[in-house]
Amino acid sequence: MDLQTLWFILIAVLFTGFLFLEGFDYGVGILLPFVAKTDDERRVVINSIGPVWDGNEVWLLTAGGAMFAAFPNWYATLFSGFYLALFLILIALIVRGVAFEFRSKDNHPRWRSLWDGAIFIGSLVPALLWGVAFGNILRGVAIDESMTYVGSFFDLLNPYALVGGLVTLSLFILHGALFLELKVDGVIRDRVKTIARRFWLPVTLLAVVFVVLSLFETDIRDNFNVANVAGLVIAVTALLWTGYSIFQARYGRAFFGTGLTVVGVVALIFGTLFPRVMPSTLGFDLTIYNASSSEYTLQVMTVIALTVVPIVLAYQAWTYWVFRKRLTMQSKLEY
Amino acid sequence: MDALTLARLQFGITTVYHFFFVPLSLGLSIIVAVMQTIYVTRGDEKYKQMAKFWGKLLLINFAMGVVTGIVQEFQFGMNWSEYSRFVGDIFGAPLAVEALVAFFIESTFLGVWLFGWDKLSKRVHLAAIWLVALAANVSAFWILVANSFMQNPVGYTIADSGRAEMVDFFELLRNPNVWLQFPHVALGGLTTGAFFVLGISAFHLLRGKASNLDAFRASARMSLIIGTVAVLLTMGFGHAQGQRMADTQPMKLAAAEGLWDSEDPAGLSMFQIGNEADRTSIVNIRIPSLLSFLSYNTPDGLVHGINNLQAEYVQQYGPGNYIPPAIWLTYWSFRAMVGAGGLMFVLGLLGLYYISRNRLGNGKPKWLLRLLILAILLPYLANSTGWMLTEVGRQPWIVQGLMTVDQAVSPNVTPEMLLISLIGFTIIYGLLMIADIYLLQKYARQDIDGSGNLIPWFGPDEPESGKKNARYEGAY
Ligand code: HDD
Ligand code: HEM
Ligand code: HEM
Repeated sequence: MDLQTLWFILIAVLFTGFLFLEGFDYGVGILLPFVAKTDDERRVVINSIGPVWDGNEVWLLTAGGAMFAAFPNWYATLFSGFYLALFLILIALIVRGVAFEFRSKDNHPRWRSLWDGAIFIGSLVPALLWGVAFGNILRGVAIDESMTYVGSFFDLLNPYALVGGLVTLSLFILHGALFLELKVDGVIRDRVKTIARRFWLPVTLLAVVFVVLSLFETDIRDNFNVANVAGLVIAVTALLWTGYSIFQARYGRAFFGTGLTVVGVVALIFGTLFPRVMPSTLGFDLTIYNASSSEYTLQVMTVIALTVVPIVLAYQAWTYWVFRKRLTMQSKLEY
Repeated sequence: MDALTLARLQFGITTVYHFFFVPLSLGLSIIVAVMQTIYVTRGDEKYKQMAKFWGKLLLINFAMGVVTGIVQEFQFGMNWSEYSRFVGDIFGAPLAVEALVAFFIESTFLGVWLFGWDKLSKRVHLAAIWLVALAANVSAFWILVANSFMQNPVGYTIADSGRAEMVDFFELLRNPNVWLQFPHVALGGLTTGAFFVLGISAFHLLRGKASNLDAFRASARMSLIIGTVAVLLTMGFGHAQGQRMADTQPMKLAAAEGLWDSEDPAGLSMFQIGNEADRTSIVNIRIPSLLSFLSYNTPDGLVHGINNLQAEYVQQYGPGNYIPPAIWLTYWSFRAMVGAGGLMFVLGLLGLYYISRNRLGNGKPKWLLRLLILAILLPYLANSTGWMLTEVGRQPWIVQGLMTVDQAVSPNVTPEMLLISLIGFTIIYGLLMIADIYLLQKYARQDIDGSGNLIPWFGPDEPESGKKNARYEGAY
């Protein structure tokens, strides 16, 4: 395997980590107004992700940094091309991150509801837009011979990509609901159970629509390989397993199921792309070869990444263990 | 405005804004870690109160640093896609390493520290804040490795494709620029943290209403010692940076000095009004020979002027304008930074004098305590103007000698898009600044006992009652 392929896989892994972890905390953020009615309930819900959301977000930053280091042309084309979409995501992430820290710092009801709103919007927008972005990448966008995106912002809002957005949005809501089921207790827990039961079907239907559309909107039919077939199988099985587990009231398994769905979806997307990173509708695909850094940079980065990533995984797992206890209204909510 | 100007404006605003929060995170995290260490080793509850009190302020600030940092991570691709293609090989690497070895630690263990006060043993909990402090400073190192490449490119070759490619990672790390820039910035951060703690402690000592004034006296003593030493060292490294600049970026030095024509020996300008269109100065008050001395440690020595360097660069790089825009900005930024540094040093010495004689506190000496409150602004001034000098003085280069900014800008990002993001970021950042300052002043005025009682800014001398609602303020 050459280093370009290795880095392509590594970036897929980083995105998997990001979507798995931030997926549930976007979901929790979106569910906040619906499952938590009183101020104390909201505090419980926010505290369920309080210690970990920032660490989860760093998976995205690392994926961005890794793209920059390993495939500078991908980084440059994607972020200049999707400029306004990214701008919206950034604004959302800014208000969301600040809201987690600021909401509790004053108890005026208007102040609190302002930041609760920020958490909701700030979670909803990226949950939707990441799906739209990946849908567009998969479908191919107008990239010219200088590797520059020459389409417009509105070209990105095509029906296929929007369905992709709805898939990530609904999947993250379900993922978040299942996470909350495991973390909280009492009336909130009852509410998220109901939501999980109601949301499973729409998620599954949207996913089916998306896969069917993909057969026509992308070149996946000429492009079946181990990775995307396995991804598809994993995603479908995991979703069915999730549904089964929800109706059996085995929520731990169900959460594992939505997590595995994320893994499958990423494998499906990246497998279909490979060896391209951004297919072009104008015939100038960006591939892992014409977008990559030099051999030397890739070697250096490989050594660093393979040493550091396992350590990161170890201490992040440790924090989930430290904060494993279910939160109740009796938990000490301060910090 | 054209796309280039807007791209620069938008990038400059968001980056300077990020750096309002960064230095305080760098310095205050260390100071809180030191306080908590004293608590854990000596078991003195006062230091636990201190760590919690200053820790709250650190958190508010940290949140702002984190969210504005996310923008930074993606902005190079958004605004400067051609630059990203050209140097991604070299520039992306430190950014990725920064995320891997620093951001993960910082963000994970900040959560652990914040929520772990009574879930972890004292020592593990202490380790968490130290990890945060070290990781923040490590992150500064890596980002400055990237920035230093832009000031002084090393360890690269220009490939056939026209891209800069890395040939030696370790040379990148050994870049002489970074070994002055990093200490200067990190110590500047420590200075910021110290003067922040000092100013707020001075407020409480002046008002004299907190339940445990001893804790604020201890905070003041600690921050005076740290701050005075840190600012002195910052200035020392700054001086060394100036000397290096004479070597690697003479145009920046000439701009910082408003020196139009080469001189030997060169005098140091103290106050100048210049005419940038004619490239001459109208009023210029100078100290003879001092610039030569500062640059070379000898009373004479040739310091290059802007006009001579321009002519030289045209020879070397072809026709073009190699003079930084807004010389006045570079010139006054330099003076503001140095001035702020000098002032902080003097205030630090005065404070040390009074506190060593046990005469600081109990509301006295009023004038000094008041000055120290105002002095919170000085490190912010020095940090922002320092970056202005560094970045504006580098213009028109984005990578010194290799690429200019007009070649770097994203070709497909239109002025309309840039205008939307410029206005959007400015509005959001403006609103967040208001919320941030509101919270900082509120938490800075809280009593240190955790009751959440607020000490009023001004007014009569009875404790404020009626705010006893335990859920108000600090509770959660
Ligand atoms: C000298 C220090 C320094 C400088 C010049 C910069 N930063 Fe910064 N940055 C930090 C020092 C720092 C920090 C101290 O590590 C922060 C501030 C508060 C915090 O949470 O971490 C941070 C946060 C921070 C974050 C959020 C990390 C997280 O989620 O925990 C990102 C993505 C960046 N920065 C990226 C950048 C980029 C791309 C820069 C280049 C323009 C940049 N920073 C300049
Ligand atoms: C956080 C501290 C920093 C501040 C306050 C700062 C400030 C600025 C300012 C004011 C400009 C605009 C200059 C002009 O257009 O006239 C600028 C440009 C730029 N800076 Fe920085 N900078 C900082 C750190 C960095 C770092 C660490 C890097 C790289 C790792 C960097 C890379 C750039 C780039 C790419 C540009 C755009 C091109 C340009 O206009 O020169 N900056 N910065
Ligand atoms: C006598 C005092 C000082 C001198 C002579 C000095 C000198 C310098 C010089 C020459 C630079 C530009 C380096 C370059 O472009 O390569 C610089 C940048 C900077 N200075 Fe200072 N400085 C002084 C005090 C301070 C203080 C007190 C602070 C903050 C508390 C500070 C913060 C900064 C920052 C943040 C930068 C930008 C980053 C960098 O390029 O290092 N400086 N300083």
